[in-house]
Amino acid sequence: MRSMRIVALAAATGLVLAACGGGDDETGGDGGSGGEPVELTFQTLAWQTAAVEANEAIVDAWNEANPDIQVELLQGDWNNVHDQLMTSFEGGTAPDVFHYESTVLQDFGDRGNVLDLSEYLSDEIRDDIREGAWDTATFGDAVYGVPFLQESQVVFANRTLLEAAGVTLPTVDDPWTWDEFADVAAQLTTEGQFGAVIPLNAPANRILNLARNFGGDYFTDPAGEAQAVFDAAEQEVPRRIHEMLYTDRSASPDGIGMSSADALPGFFAGQYAMLPGAIWLRQQLVEQAPDGFDWVTLPALEGDSSAQGAVSQTLSVSASTEHPEEAVQFIEFFLNAENQVQLAAGDWLLPTSQEAAQSPELNDPATGWDVATATADDLEMAPFQQVKGFEEWKSRIANPAFQEYFSDQISLEELGTKLVDEGNAVLERYQR
Amino acid sequence: MNRSTPVGTTLKYVALAAYLVFLAFPLFWLISTSLKTPQELALIDPTWIPNDITFDNFRAAFDEQPIVRSMLNTLLVAGVSCVVTVVLSIPAAYVMARYRSVLSRMTLVWVLLSQIFPFILVIIPLFLLLRDLGLYDTYLGLIAVYVVWSMPFALWMLRSYVETIPIELEEAAAMDGATKVRTLRSVIAPLLAPGVVAAGLFAFVSAWNEFLFALVLIRDPELQTLSLTLVKFIGAEGVARLGPLAAASLVATIPSLIFFAVMQRRLTGGLLGGAVKS
Repeated sequence: MRSMRIVALAAATGLVLAACGGGDDETGGDGGSGGEPVELTFQTLAWQTAAVEANEAIVDAWNEANPDIQVELLQGDWNNVHDQLMTSFEGGTAPDVFHYESTVLQDFGDRGNVLDLSEYLSDEIRDDIREGAWDTATFGDAVYGVPFLQESQVVFANRTLLEAAGVTLPTVDDPWTWDEFADVAAQLTTEGQFGAVIPLNAPANRILNLARNFGGDYFTDPAGEAQAVFDAAEQEVPRRIHEMLYTDRSASPDGIGMSSADALPGFFAGQYAMLPGAIWLRQQLVEQAPDGFDWVTLPALEGDSSAQGAVSQTLSVSASTEHPEEAVQFIEFFLNAENQVQLAAGDWLLPTSQEAAQSPELNDPATGWDVATATADDLEMAPFQQVKGFEEWKSRIANPAFQEYFSDQISLEELGTKLVDEGNAVLERYQR
Repeated sequence: MNRSTPVGTTLKYVALAAYLVFLAFPLFWLISTSLKTPQELALIDPTWIPNDITFDNFRAAFDEQPIVRSMLNTLLVAGVSCVVTVVLSIPAAYVMARYRSVLSRMTLVWVLLSQIFPFILVIIPLFLLLRDLGLYDTYLGLIAVYVVWSMPFALWMLRSYVETIPIELEEAAAMDGATKVRTLRSVIAPLLAPGVVAAGLFAFVSAWNEFLFALVLIRDPELQTLSLTLVKFIGAEGVARLGPLAAASLVATIPSLIFFAVMQRRLTGGLLGGAVKS
């Protein structure tokens, strides 16, 4: 009996150890010598069903067409990608090609984690991608990623409510100014209905991007010794939103603690007639809007200009890769115009490929693609993405300060003091 | 005689019912959410019971992510971590409870100190260590980390249980000629059952739910655990696909619920009743 137990224990231990060893032989993954195919790892952050399918289809197509360069698709996630990449850079296990965004590339470049692609990129991809998008991934002479998806801000509206109030909808050629938007919101505000809801949970990125409407930079010398500023141009957007909240009372105060997705139930219920938001929100509207709900995408608002700050989602190559040429070849295939149409459609974001932006699929008025795609030419590199220490400035100073201002707890002057004085104290640490 | 009044009894049951509702609500909401359409999830007044029950969320969850494979991976990792933690903790806890030496006290302090370090502080050194040992991206590496991470608490918990076992029982065993190992196996271990189950549950649930270590230490999609799979339903800017996420989370909860159901009977104490005459 005892010997039976020992045999059973040994067998169980063996099984467990065998199971635990699973995958051990699958690390590494290089090759490329002696006729072996080159093996690349590519970490994507795509998460919407259509975007994931597009990623898989493109990688499959590449692997089929390139038996000598095989790509393994890894799935990352937006919420933890930074920690995960930093750790894998330190440990030398970073994927050869990785998906992330332009705001982090300078930091990664300074640390020597990403490859400068300037010597590897073909003229074809350089010409196809918009100049303004390249700016977001170019730091000095170095190109640390290939930009491929961008978001812009537009306005969504309940067409039924607007038409019932006799509001003439703006067009791409004749968009509303901020003043006109405020006037229409006031007109649409009735008992139990606000003209607009402006989601202001963590508003810094959006405010800074929209500040470009009025020429607001928020920082002097962003690529050098950046200093926060809060002059007339920077004050325009927050002041106008505050006026809608507390002077006109045409924007619902509910928006102060809401994300864009949080605002949808009230928008569908007719509590808010208009909802400024990013173009990807269309996907949620298509999926979640109740039957018969008639919504429309309105063009981006205009200030002194229609310019908006933007960052890009990018594909970069790890500095530690053993196969930089092959990695860039894969990126160029992955981001060709045809594939960018699929990727943009899957994530409901703008492609950076000028050819892709012409495709009928990305200009379909039924889902607001025509309006979304029209914003592409107005996107500029968001100056803040070059500022060292911006992420801490944003999370520790700007987001809480904007929240206090939009909650009417502090004045515009006090907001400026926080952003500038307290903000510069943060930035100073990064410039030592 | 200590009799409750009818009012007291009623209040006790009301409090118990309230507590049950409090505990059951998240599970109920998870079930409800998993059965709703995207349109119903976006209603301004959320419904308790779905108007149009749909299983599309389950279909989407299983189609899009390898839920079953992740669940089996997690079961293996959590199960082995649980067993190893308990097996290593029992003798260590016994020594710490029964042998009051300087070393024992120092170990106790070290165990407490080890709980102070946050995950994020140790993750990079741990990652480098496992990579150098060839344990990066393996179950063995992840299990080793989970055992080391949950053992201090399990040890502390079991030590308290050992201290409640009267020393006279061991003396009686010794009088009957039992060795220390035999005493530990035949006398102490059975009496420790509730403590072992509690420590085992703790180790299992910790490993089952753990995310950050798995994120950093596992790269191969084939080896990914449930928490890594579930997070894929949450995207940029924290926007979640609530329906499939709830469906996948519900499915993911089932094995740990079964584990609890099987083990909870063992949690009940009372094994010492009548063991020693006082």
